[in-house]
Amino acid sequence: MSGHESTYKPETGFTKWLDSRLPIIRLAHDSFVDFPTPKNLNYWYTFGGILAVCLAIQIITGVVLAMHYTADINQAFGSVERIMRDVPYGWLIRNIHMVGASMFFLAVYVHMFRGLYYGSYKAPREVLWLLGCVIYLLMMATAFLGYMLPWGQMSLHGANVIINLFGAIPLVGESIQSWLMGGPSVGNQTLQRFFSLHYLLPFMIAGVVILHIWALHVPGNNNPTGIEVQETEKDTVPFHPYYTVKDGFAIVVFLIIFAAFVFYAPNVLGHADNYIEANPLVTPAHIVPEWYLLPFYAILRAITFNIGPMDAKLLGVIAMFGSIAVLFLLPWLDTSKVKSMRYRPVAKQFFMLFVVVCLLLGWCGASNPDNAIVSMGEDKLVVNYTDAAGLEGTRVFEEYTPAAQFRDAQRDGGGVAAIAIQKAPAFTFKTLSQILTAYYFAFFLIILPVLGLRERPKGEPDSIHQSVLGQDAPAAAPAE
Amino acid sequence: MKLFRPLLVGLGAIALGLSAHAAGGAKHAHAPEGGWDFAKVPAGQLDKDSVQRGFQVYKEVCASCHGMKLLSYRNLGEKGGPFYSDEYPNANDNPMVKAIAAEFEILDPNPDENGDPVYRPAIPADTFREPYPNAQAAMAANGGAMPPDLSVITKARGHGNEGDGASYVYSLLTGYKDDKIKTKPGDDGLNVNYIEFNDGDKVGTLVQPTGLYYNPYFAGDTTPQWDGDPRHAPYGGFLAMAPQLPDGRVEYIDGTEATTSQMAKDVAQFLQWAGDPKQGQRKSLALPTMIYLVLLAILLWFSYKRIWRDVAH
Repeated sequence: MSGHESTYKPETGFTKWLDSRLPIIRLAHDSFVDFPTPKNLNYWYTFGGILAVCLAIQIITGVVLAMHYTADINQAFGSVERIMRDVPYGWLIRNIHMVGASMFFLAVYVHMFRGLYYGSYKAPREVLWLLGCVIYLLMMATAFLGYMLPWGQMSLHGANVIINLFGAIPLVGESIQSWLMGGPSVGNQTLQRFFSLHYLLPFMIAGVVILHIWALHVPGNNNPTGIEVQETEKDTVPFHPYYTVKDGFAIVVFLIIFAAFVFYAPNVLGHADNYIEANPLVTPAHIVPEWYLLPFYAILRAITFNIGPMDAKLLGVIAMFGSIAVLFLLPWLDTSKVKSMRYRPVAKQFFMLFVVVCLLLGWCGASNPDNAIVSMGEDKLVVNYTDAAGLEGTRVFEEYTPAAQFRDAQRDGGGVAAIAIQKAPAFTFKTLSQILTAYYFAFFLIILPVLGLRERPKGEPDSIHQSVLGQDAPAAAPAE
Repeated sequence: MKLFRPLLVGLGAIALGLSAHAAGGAKHAHAPEGGWDFAKVPAGQLDKDSVQRGFQVYKEVCASCHGMKLLSYRNLGEKGGPFYSDEYPNANDNPMVKAIAAEFEILDPNPDENGDPVYRPAIPADTFREPYPNAQAAMAANGGAMPPDLSVITKARGHGNEGDGASYVYSLLTGYKDDKIKTKPGDDGLNVNYIEFNDGDKVGTLVQPTGLYYNPYFAGDTTPQWDGDPRHAPYGGFLAMAPQLPDGRVEYIDGTEATTSQMAKDVAQFLQWAGDPKQGQRKSLALPTMIYLVLLAILLWFSYKRIWRDVAH
């Protein structure tokens, strides 16, 4: 923490010389060795370290891949395959980079939900949270740009869908769209600029990560109680070795899951269609983004109605960007004075529901909106016919045999008749995603602001060490 | 460790979500009896003999319409490939590979010193010969349908699980209903091919369009050709490729009996190899990596316990 006095003592002549010129070793020592860290951090707090590892893995593998990749629409698909076939261990580097994107998002989602649960966005950590949101936004942009590079069917048609979204923005939409594409359509120039930006953004992420860690080290870590450190001696332990070893253990467990995907199922998190070379003339049956963007895709598609002068497409885009924008407002939307939901029995339940809603939104994003989740009744058969006299009509049947007899009778009578399916009314993915989207926004815009004012928190301890020692704490320092 | 359970549940949910977008209406592909050895955890490997036989099937049957432009003849003799030999670590020296390449006459990418095109037997460094000079020629020769390139076909089908693509190839090649096809004269005097279904709710006739072949594993829509209850139209669709592997279609060099199922299994295994030639290396590196990581995790766990032993937390 900023108030914490440095304990670094340079010992050799060189380090003394360096310390009075550029105290970089002192900075590292104070930030990662003798940094006082609350002693009660649980495993959910290890995901910060895991994410740093993810970023490093993506940058290192990415730099190597860029040495062999060709950003050209005629060669990109083949060059990615060449990396996997002819570059020594290229298959490993590429699989790590590809699976790594998914693992990065998996970790960032856990990290964000953890921040949400323990109130890590509240004063004095608002800037820390905002920087985290910026990193997340940059991550999504980087992932989207990177997905374009293998130039498979989903790369091309996914990029088309996303770029078209910008076209819905009034006045500037079309300009943004052609600026993104670098021309009238997604083509070679788009691939080249996507590659350039895909290489640039990770370093911007790295820059914001430094700010993020800086903003963390000024107020110090939040912790599961949400209570600030009061006595450094009693409440904290030095970061090293206590948290280096705990984070280290968690990182290796995370790498086991990572490696299981890399070695046993490298393609399971992607879409098979992306191994079909991009073809602008053939559109895949279902265009879906990567799994980590599915919840936002579901929110986008949930809006199927117009409001006043705004059409459904624009509203969908607003809802999708709004679902991320609302995260930036979170520190001021949550009115509760208590940080940790551990001591907010009502908020905790709404939070759990929110996690479920996000997972279900992902499910909706992956599914065809018109498909039924639950059908009410059986599909029926409709015979549309025009009889010999030219009269049009329809008749509905439950069973096939009478429907076929009726159709044949019409045909025999000189008319025209055909059978079609009348879908039973059903609870569809579209309806579900509308409900889930409503809850998503309500959680931030209604539940958190109102609940903070009305909820009665329960069982908050007085200090970190009291919460750690619990009931058996010696009454040495009774609360005054 | 109970803390990681929600994480695994989350992963499960993701997997569930991904499997939700199956191609509409096609029958779910299946592996041959006994499953694929190469898909087995922790270190399943391709059956080299089967991949060799599969190459023979590709060469004698598939290659007349389907290219494999991402493969070179040398790949056949590289480590993990069907004709790899320890004697020839450099596949370009492998006599089997040289002989295979020399069977194909190709257009040299470089013209001769007068600028005239040169046709010559291929060498291991050359890419597989393309069956057609361009896409238009391929479509013109196949009734307007483009035979897909097979280089990564096993990765381009299924849901990314190991063996999904090979199962698709196997199921498609063995899934034709050619033994059930009946013929009747149509209204215009030409013969009409049809299949009769009588399976529970699926009662009716499916008429095969001219030049197309019904296959339950091919993604498509059979409703327009189906005269039964449209709510119970048969799975699958129609593709331009006729059944290719009747019993005895090839004569295996190693004497294996060439049944439809055997040939389909072999060629699926060959294409599995071709889609990811380094998968053998991947599988043999998998187990040592996992063991290393698990041991490291155990060591770190005990270090953690030791360092924190005097700190209540």
